Amino acid sequence: MSAPRLTVAVVYPDLLGTYGDGGNGLVLARRAAWRHVEVELVSATSDRPLPRADLYTVGGGEDGPQVRAAIGLAEDGTLADAVAEGAVVLGVCAGYQLLGRAFPDSADRPHDGLGLLDVTTRKGTGRRAVGELVAAVADAGPRLPGGGGLPRLTGFENHGGVSVVGPGARPLARVERGVGNGGGDGTEGAWSGRVIGTYLHGPVLARNTALADLLLAWALTPPGAAPEDEARLAPLDDHEELALRAERLEAVGGARDGGRWARVAARLPRRC
Amino acid sequence: MAATAVSAVNGLSRALGRGSGTVAGGRAGLLLDPSLLATLAGDRTVALVSGTNGKTTTTRLLVAAADGSPGTVVTNDTGANMPAGHVAALAEAPGAGLAVLEVDEGYLGRLVEETRPAVVVLLNLSRDQLDRIAEVRMLVDRWRGALAGLAPADRGPGTVVVANADDPMVVWAALPAPEVRWVGAGQVWHDDAVGCPACGGRIAFADDGAWACDRCGFARPDRDAWLDGDDLVLADGARHRIRLALPGRFNRANAAMVAVAATPLLAAAGRPAGPAAVLDRLSGVTEVAGRFATVTVGGRPVRMLLAKNPAGWTAIFDLLEETSAPGTAVVCSVNARTADGLDTSWLWDVPFERLAGRPVVATGDRRLDVGVRLRYAEVPHAVVADPRDALLHALAGPGAGDGVECLANYTAFDDLRRRR
Repeated sequence: MSAPRLTVAVVYPDLLGTYGDGGNGLVLARRAAWRHVEVELVSATSDRPLPRADLYTVGGGEDGPQVRAAIGLAEDGTLADAVAEGAVVLGVCAGYQLLGRAFPDSADRPHDGLGLLDVTTRKGTGRRAVGELVAAVADAGPRLPGGGGLPRLTGFENHGGVSVVGPGARPLARVERGVGNGGGDGTEGAWSGRVIGTYLHGPVLARNTALADLLLAWALTPPGAAPEDEARLAPLDDHEELALRAERLEAVGGARDGGRWARVAARLPRRC
Repeated sequence: MAATAVSAVNGLSRALGRGSGTVAGGRAGLLLDPSLLATLAGDRTVALVSGTNGKTTTTRLLVAAADGSPGTVVTNDTGANMPAGHVAALAEAPGAGLAVLEVDEGYLGRLVEETRPAVVVLLNLSRDQLDRIAEVRMLVDRWRGALAGLAPADRGPGTVVVANADDPMVVWAALPAPEVRWVGAGQVWHDDAVGCPACGGRIAFADDGAWACDRCGFARPDRDAWLDGDDLVLADGARHRIRLALPGRFNRANAAMVAVAATPLLAAAGRPAGPAAVLDRLSGVTEVAGRFATVTVGGRPVRMLLAKNPAGWTAIFDLLEETSAPGTAVVCSVNARTADGLDTSWLWDVPFERLAGRPVVATGDRRLDVGVRLRYAEVPHAVVADPRDALLHALAGPGAGDGVECLANYTAFDDLRRRR
């Protein structure tokens, strides 16, 4: 049997590349290659048609570029087609918001999202959410191949938007520290089918390798496959990532929510 | 009265051991008199230097270019580059007729308004401190608004803007200024300038540094001077060799900016000097607040290099390729304290892959983030908690025959300077 193949596309890094989220694509590509998957990592800039890929990552960015990215992806149509055929998508911050039904533009008017997640984002009225975020993956969250749940998520959030998860999607996680979706229900992120959205930077997949492997397993499993046919990934030596996770969780455990930096940041302009 | 208070508070602050006092005194003075900065600037000849990277070094070089006798040139060389720091520096040197001030990007408009500078030097603009500094585009618009109101130099005391023509963000900001000298100083980081600031189109960069928007015609202006290898080339064809003790291409670029800026600045100050004379004065600068200095740790040489953001790290990697023997060990020390920015995601915008082939040691508060980044760059590395131990570890390992290179971000650099 030939080696499995995988294409990972980082969507519009020229517009949505402000927060180091391009690292998610690198983490996915390396973790696939280390398991002898033949992987192609594509930097899919906004000046050309979006290529077909098995796995897309959409990163954070400023308000103006976020609107341009949403318009470009809607006109291009490839991302929605790919999702309908089983492609996997990870959206972060501005990328998460534009996967939803609507998000605020730089003048706080609602702008159409791609509608790939039943999530609606509006401008928050309170302080901007800036800081470390820890969230426990919800019971209704995605399951790892074999049926296990994901461990807690850790990352850095930096957003002014408030996201409400509609009935067509489910919250990804429950906030333990930080703000997350910010709508008062204590949730963070959303997921539906093979599409996941989150506010976590870091990048999120460098700090949460189980989530990276879940996305890889989905991308390597044909849609509709029986549970016994789901791709199983060989374990990797993740001691450095685990040490980083432990250190970040410990750092947040010793700090209070909000605090000085959240107040300073609340005076700064919105980014996503 | 307020100026006296600045000196008094500075002296008190120093006496109490609460630091150099530069910011405390300045803050107190500004509270007593909000117009103090304008008052202290008075009729001095002022140069302002701003940009994301290189402002401290360029400020230091411009002071060297001024070649003033003691007490005639004042500068804020303690890193305090906001108005409180400017006030403190100016208050301490009432007799200095020439002021060369490093300015935080966010305060350029206020400094331009209050100090009526003879020269404004604009180096570059790129992403920095994700969690707390305004977006690049917002800064550009604020710069542009401030520079549009300048008076031209040929009508009495006006302002010459010296701007990096190779950075589209800087060009967009400087275009409305009445008098601009465009310098092709190069740009290592294009990722924050792909979207055209004029029309939202796409800016394409050629290999030779030229750039243009594909939609609206916004393009690199005709340059008055540019860096070509080791030479400063003027539009009239004159070439001047840049000989610096400071290493690397980006320092030659900083020197090129200084050579062009010094001419109108020194003319305004009443002691004109041409580019060749100015460049000669720069070779005596061997370090800038410890940056580029070679120190000894455990009796062995360590070169100290500061890098704070993706553009800065990329420039330092260029410097290593130019000036450091292949295989020389590198220590990377990264913190994420207030002055550094709390979010370390930027590490993934830094091309750590370029360290392949060198022994690497990660240290600093956020060494684990650096270690994970290096793992995905497939660069073998060690992780050592204590920065000094990390240097000793690197010095004891391979690639340390001629010493090691130490790359550190802001507070990590300060830590190492103080603890050696």
